[in-house]
Amino acid sequence: MKYLSEFRNGELARQLAAEIRSIITRPWAIMEVCGGQTHSILRNGIDQLLPPEVELIHGPGCPVCVTPVELIDKALAIAAIPDVIFCSFGDMLRVPGSSGDLFTVKSRGGDVRIVYSPLDAIQLAKTHPTRPVVFFGIGFETTAPANAMAIHQAWRLGLTNFSVLVSHVLVPPAIDAIMRSPTNRVQAFLAAGHVCSVMGYHQYVPLAERHRVPIVVTGFEPLDILDGIRRAVRQLEAGIHTVENAYPRVVTREGNQAAQAMLAEVFEETDRTWRGIGVIPQSGWKLRDKYWDFDAERRFPVAGIRSQESPRCRSGEVLQGTLKPHQCDAFGTACTPRTPLGATMVSNEGACAAYYNYGRLLDLGTERTACRL
Amino acid sequence: MSAVNFDNVTCPQPLRDYPQVVLGHGGGGQLSAELIEHLFVPAFRNPALEALGDAAIVPPPAGRLALTTDAYVVRPLFFPGGSIGELAVNGTVNDLAVSGAEPLYLTASFILEEGFPLADLQQIVERMAAAAVHAGVRIVTGDTKVVERGHGDGCFITTAGVGWVPPGRTLGPEQIRPGDAVLVSGPMGNHGIAILSVREGLEFETVIPSDTAALNGLIAHMLAVCPDIRVMRDPTRGGLAASLNEFARHSGWGIEIHDNRIPVEEPVRAACDLLGLDPLLVANEGKVVAIVPAPAADGLITAMQQHPLGQQAAIIGQVTEQHPKRVVARTPIGGSRIITLPMGEQLPRIC
Repeated sequence: MKYLSEFRNGELARQLAAEIRSIITRPWAIMEVCGGQTHSILRNGIDQLLPPEVELIHGPGCPVCVTPVELIDKALAIAAIPDVIFCSFGDMLRVPGSSGDLFTVKSRGGDVRIVYSPLDAIQLAKTHPTRPVVFFGIGFETTAPANAMAIHQAWRLGLTNFSVLVSHVLVPPAIDAIMRSPTNRVQAFLAAGHVCSVMGYHQYVPLAERHRVPIVVTGFEPLDILDGIRRAVRQLEAGIHTVENAYPRVVTREGNQAAQAMLAEVFEETDRTWRGIGVIPQSGWKLRDKYWDFDAERRFPVAGIRSQESPRCRSGEVLQGTLKPHQCDAFGTACTPRTPLGATMVSNEGACAAYYNYGRLLDLGTERTACRL
Repeated sequence: MSAVNFDNVTCPQPLRDYPQVVLGHGGGGQLSAELIEHLFVPAFRNPALEALGDAAIVPPPAGRLALTTDAYVVRPLFFPGGSIGELAVNGTVNDLAVSGAEPLYLTASFILEEGFPLADLQQIVERMAAAAVHAGVRIVTGDTKVVERGHGDGCFITTAGVGWVPPGRTLGPEQIRPGDAVLVSGPMGNHGIAILSVREGLEFETVIPSDTAALNGLIAHMLAVCPDIRVMRDPTRGGLAASLNEFARHSGWGIEIHDNRIPVEEPVRAACDLLGLDPLLVANEGKVVAIVPAPAADGLITAMQQHPLGQQAAIIGQVTEQHPKRVVARTPIGGSRIITLPMGEQLPRIC
């Protein structure tokens, strides 16, 4: 377990921050793609160590946050069907759909269960052969291999009562969409280390080239993130744009090939709607024809569900980095973790929730001081 | 033909032989009586209980009384390091102890689900009895109800407790002063993670036992060493974060803690990191958090460390005039964050 304390060392963190201060000469906007990184930055106060020239923009890499409201409404509808056992990761339960969340369905008698792995849902399907078991299969490339494995296992076992509500999304197309946006301000990316542990980082090389943007594969502990920022600043200052791996203890160039093979077996690319952002072409995965039987959207009558998001929620701008959470009028007033207007206020990894929970609503004088106590 | 002799004929009553709770166990008739006679009384044995009246009659202590009640609905009923039985005694004892009271008597109400194995009930009751002996309290009266199958979750227990508050002892958040020290009696988060570790589908390599324990011994020791303790809580649901926020809100002062001074065992920290939980929000069942005058803090910590339940006691922060009513944590890398009250239950994250 030592890896935890080693990468949280205060002295080394201050040294890295000092090095960043010594090499930086002008303002740079760097996006950490992953919600886990946003969470770590705010929990540890990493932003407070950085020189004012570094602006961190919190990216769209929170699976809970980008899952479209329409899919959540479909989940709510399926979970409310009598006899269905609806399995989900914990932090999806509080994400608001058009009316209520999975907790609401559970309190009205729906059998909604928190699982820690899709394989737990397979186990439930085996122990309850007469009841339909549905798993809410969302997330980035990180959670997708286990979901693919579960679907493949269900197919191999011939489980007829198991299905998955799939909404997987992919990081590289999102980076591409952000760079193509006319309002984009991002000058460098910290790529999500755990996504890269599965997919490798070779996918990012063409992106860095095409958009002339530095991309640093970055971990999640304070020292990982500071090292990622240091490398990004060094590239920006030197005017270069390459893909760097600052997380070599976990990530290789080619990634986890066994996982990739399983993904290719079960999923194929598709256009996906990102909550608050819109449709990004070829930015997600859906089940291949061979596995259609396991598609919950085909099994249950939810095709007709069409939903719109709350017009008051500006999470799309937050997720694209053009608005800081506390700059939203609803932040901390109409929108709190108790009454979230959008998913970014719900998840542990949502930028709005991270700002709210770690007290970034104090001293809203200027943007910089807003991030300090 | 001789007359039938009815003297030796009894209605068959294999009541004790039921392997499960049946509705009749809560019916107030013979089955209920058997349950009391064969299970509860032998386990909890004491004169006040054995009178079996509608109320226990006990002599009143001089001075003030402390009263508390708590319902226990933990699932699973048995977990590493304890069961609902220990929780039901220790939790109520601890509520009295952190209020500055010496726990004396408990009551116990059982809501049992039809079909609940009597062997499990027996085990729970025995564990309650052992916990009561250990804590030095008596369970003097109780009640049992049985609900139909599907209308309960095996076994719910409600205990109430009566304690005696010695003259002159006044604990409360209004006693808190800027400069006071904040201390905890040991590592945070063990109970919550112990429960999580045995819930469906989560298997850890290491067994993390619950910290359930009666704190009245440790607290008596603390109050003997430092009679000026300002306020104490046992940080159960909502964890340390909830207790500290309560102190800050009710005293009007700010509280500053240091992340790296808060004891958390490595397996608990690893489990929290894995699941995306904050150990400061995870429940404890055998820990006390106290605010004490700064000059007394070091001596108190040394004394606590002599006690088996306080070996890892630590000063984790101080009360401040800064950021009134807020709890702020200093992070190891030199940053800070506000510790807010949790929304509800913490939810394990996706990735």
